[in-house]
Amino acid sequence: MKNLLGIEGMSLDDIRAVLATAEEMHEIQQRPVKKLPALRGRTVVNLFFEDSTRTRSSFELAAKWLSADAINVAAKGSSASKGESMRDTLMTLDSMGVDAIVMRHAGSGSVAQAAGWVRASMINAGDGTHEHPTQALLDAHAMLRHFRKNDLGDLEGKEVVIVGDLLHSRVVRSNALLLPQLGAHVTIVAPPTLMPPGVGTWNVAVSHDLDAVLPSADVVMMLRVQRERMLGGFFPSEREYTIRYGLTAARLAKLAPNAVIAHPGPLNRGLEISSAAADSIRSIVLDQVSAGVAVRMSVLYHLLAAEN
Amino acid sequence: MSPDAIDGVATVKSVMNAAEIARTTTRMSHELLELAGGAEDLIILGILTRGVPLAQRIARAVAETEGVDVATGELDITMYRDDLRSQPLRPVGRTVLPGSIDGKIVVLVDDVLFSGRTVQAALHALADLGRPAKILLVVLVDRGHRDVPIQAHIVGRHLPTASDERVRVSMTEFDELDQVTIESDASTL
Amino acid sequence: MTKFVISGAEHADGTRADLFIADGVFVEERPSGADVIDADGLIALPGLVDLHTHLREPGREDAETVASGSMAAARGGFTCIHAMANTTPVTDTAENAEHILDLGIKADLVQVVPIGAITKALAGKELAELGLMHASRAAVRVFSDDGMCVMDAGLMRRAFEWIKPFDGVLAQHAQDSGLAGPGACCHEGDISGRLGLAGWPPVAESVIIARDAQLAEATGSRLHVCHITTAEGVDVIRWAKARGINVTAEATPHHLYLKTEEVVNYDTVYKVNPPLRTDEHVEAIREALADGTIDIVGTDHAPHAPHDKDHSFAEAKPGMLGLEQALSVIMETMVTTGRLDWAGVVDRMSAAPARIGRVAGQGRPLVAGEPANLVLVDPARRATVDRDASASFSRNNPYHGRDLPDPVELTMWAGRVTHRR
Repeated sequence: MKNLLGIEGMSLDDIRAVLATAEEMHEIQQRPVKKLPALRGRTVVNLFFEDSTRTRSSFELAAKWLSADAINVAAKGSSASKGESMRDTLMTLDSMGVDAIVMRHAGSGSVAQAAGWVRASMINAGDGTHEHPTQALLDAHAMLRHFRKNDLGDLEGKEVVIVGDLLHSRVVRSNALLLPQLGAHVTIVAPPTLMPPGVGTWNVAVSHDLDAVLPSADVVMMLRVQRERMLGGFFPSEREYTIRYGLTAARLAKLAPNAVIAHPGPLNRGLEISSAAADSIRSIVLDQVSAGVAVRMSVLYHLLAAEN
Repeated sequence: MSPDAIDGVATVKSVMNAAEIARTTTRMSHELLELAGGAEDLIILGILTRGVPLAQRIARAVAETEGVDVATGELDITMYRDDLRSQPLRPVGRTVLPGSIDGKIVVLVDDVLFSGRTVQAALHALADLGRPAKILLVVLVDRGHRDVPIQAHIVGRHLPTASDERVRVSMTEFDELDQVTIESDASTL
Repeated sequence: MTKFVISGAEHADGTRADLFIADGVFVEERPSGADVIDADGLIALPGLVDLHTHLREPGREDAETVASGSMAAARGGFTCIHAMANTTPVTDTAENAEHILDLGIKADLVQVVPIGAITKALAGKELAELGLMHASRAAVRVFSDDGMCVMDAGLMRRAFEWIKPFDGVLAQHAQDSGLAGPGACCHEGDISGRLGLAGWPPVAESVIIARDAQLAEATGSRLHVCHITTAEGVDVIRWAKARGINVTAEATPHHLYLKTEEVVNYDTVYKVNPPLRTDEHVEAIREALADGTIDIVGTDHAPHAPHDKDHSFAEAKPGMLGLEQALSVIMETMVTTGRLDWAGVVDRMSAAPARIGRVAGQGRPLVAGEPANLVLVDPARRATVDRDASASFSRNNPYHGRDLPDPVELTMWAGRVTHRR
């Protein structure tokens, strides 16, 4: 693998290899000395045109635990607004001789564009409303670990329900591409105004009725809803959204006995997810966070450990 | 051309059979007990891949002799290899330790000692895992041609080889039978 | 050389007759001492007229000047282009319109007709000085906020009323911004959903066409709809024309040829507004251009410097080049497919646009007494488009690397050869 631009473009072999290595990285994460020499001498730049705490720090830890030199470049407001083209920003970093650029940008497709310009490996840390491949991989990794720990097998045949503002979500696109390949049956749920166009062509089931799909779910993944979307007329009120699409305490009680709750964060407690759900024993939200470092270590290892 | 020739390209010569490997393993376990002064505080770590079954066999032999359980583990040194970057991507294996290695006598076990670079990588890996009181090295075959100043404490068989020959250790845990062979390209003979 | 004999050329109606030119006009008699142009095997058409050209002067002379755009026009077979108003400053005053006119006269390769803005600074708030622009030396008759849709229906009504006495026309960029987010940058559909790009739904176009057609009817004024891209838009135009509303419509070469699939690699060359659409829409546009529901081809030639395209897809400037390959694409999509004959091409690319813009002396038949504006076309020649071979200062050419007809042999404007292969 040269780049990680999206789940689209990864072969199933790539996916399985990254997930397998993530398992090993997860073990290493438990050690007192979390330092491996695999990427010694490599340089990883976290180029974030958009703010992010968890994804950026997760990539930074992953790079450092593999002994790569990691630097963070917060490019917010430093590029287009100052008249520098995105290409110039990328070419500048590339010319410093870095090995990988982990990039987040508000523009869908921007990381793929960048991959066409630079010599370094490009890793998509979220491009607009397109893809967030490491998030989907870490979601899968966290689910797999949970299932294995509880003797529930793997993702084959599991029902995964993804709920929220799917129109503006890069997480749902990556998961809709990834989870079915691993055998899961995915149902996406959103109000009609927040459903992306063309979901009929996706390898998922589509519903507008959360209560109808909840009881059969093995995993309920709640996605963040930004309050500002109300202004665009995407939903009438927080109250209506929560009552119809939120994982309330009442809905929590409807979950199947083994079902778990996932959320990529940051949580909007009281909107898409109640505190009762977020803090319940069913929640794997923090497992997702620890899975994030392992998956990103794995991705960095696969992209940078050997010369391409 | 020998009957063992594969596709007319290589010749294969068997140098240890199953019985010889079994005898040698038992002997090495005795030497180990002598060297370590008993089975106490031993952790026998096999280096992935074929060091692992060998370590298990030695541990079993030690256990039989001493009548105590011996702690064993597996050491993956993939990410410590000095040729990691120059080779095609290697899958990462899993290191499994029975517990802390601090203050223990760690016995590194591998099938073949050649350049010494694998053992060097294993020593680096151990340094990240803790601080053993002592590290011992046990190998089934020492074929010479060292690149680094590393010597094994216990050697099953010294095999003089040419550097372009290959020594292959087969073990029933992974392979059809127990044996050690030397392979060489027919063209070089 | 002011006298020419063009020998052996075929005409749009299939007849064959030599053409005689003296002092800028076609004449009856073969002039003596004329330069003879061998046009055997070529087709002579009236010079092409573009009602929709973006020259970037004043303001962004790095992307295009009136002179470089004029050269590109001549190479494309055009003898008249209309310069859209969205320059810096905007062409919203008589002085600015005359400045464009003068730059065109100075470049002297094609007739450059300034288009005036409908609203001041294209802001959609107050009317620009429509009447003064018309009364200026530039004699502006076509008004457009192209790039922006005039969203205020009340303002649009006043503009229709204001331009009616001098036979002006409002050229609307029909696109209801309320039906798409600010980041809309492609066609809304399966592909936009998959790519995570915000899309323009087709209805965003047709609702504005319907509104403006009814305003044109209510005011008795003239509406021209720029770059129609949707089947829904075509339906509304058909309805309006059947009703007798004074409306004309335009299709671009790229919307006749390129489809929304082009954006799957986020190549910003294919970012254009309105966006590239799906098969069914492209088919509807071709059909409408063939049957006359869509009156003209307008290039929407939109040069951009590389650094305005080297952004993420949503942030890159929209637009693509069009002047040099316009006729190539029309041949490929309309002529070779049998949808338009050469007389149809003359109507859609020369006569009708000149009529809508009320440009005297353009789009006229090749007969004695008319200005000698013509293009000689080789109907058989093809070539692979090379963006670097362009006269434009910009390289955002969506046809780069494609095999297309390469027809233009010679362009003559007012009896002067402005381009010759």
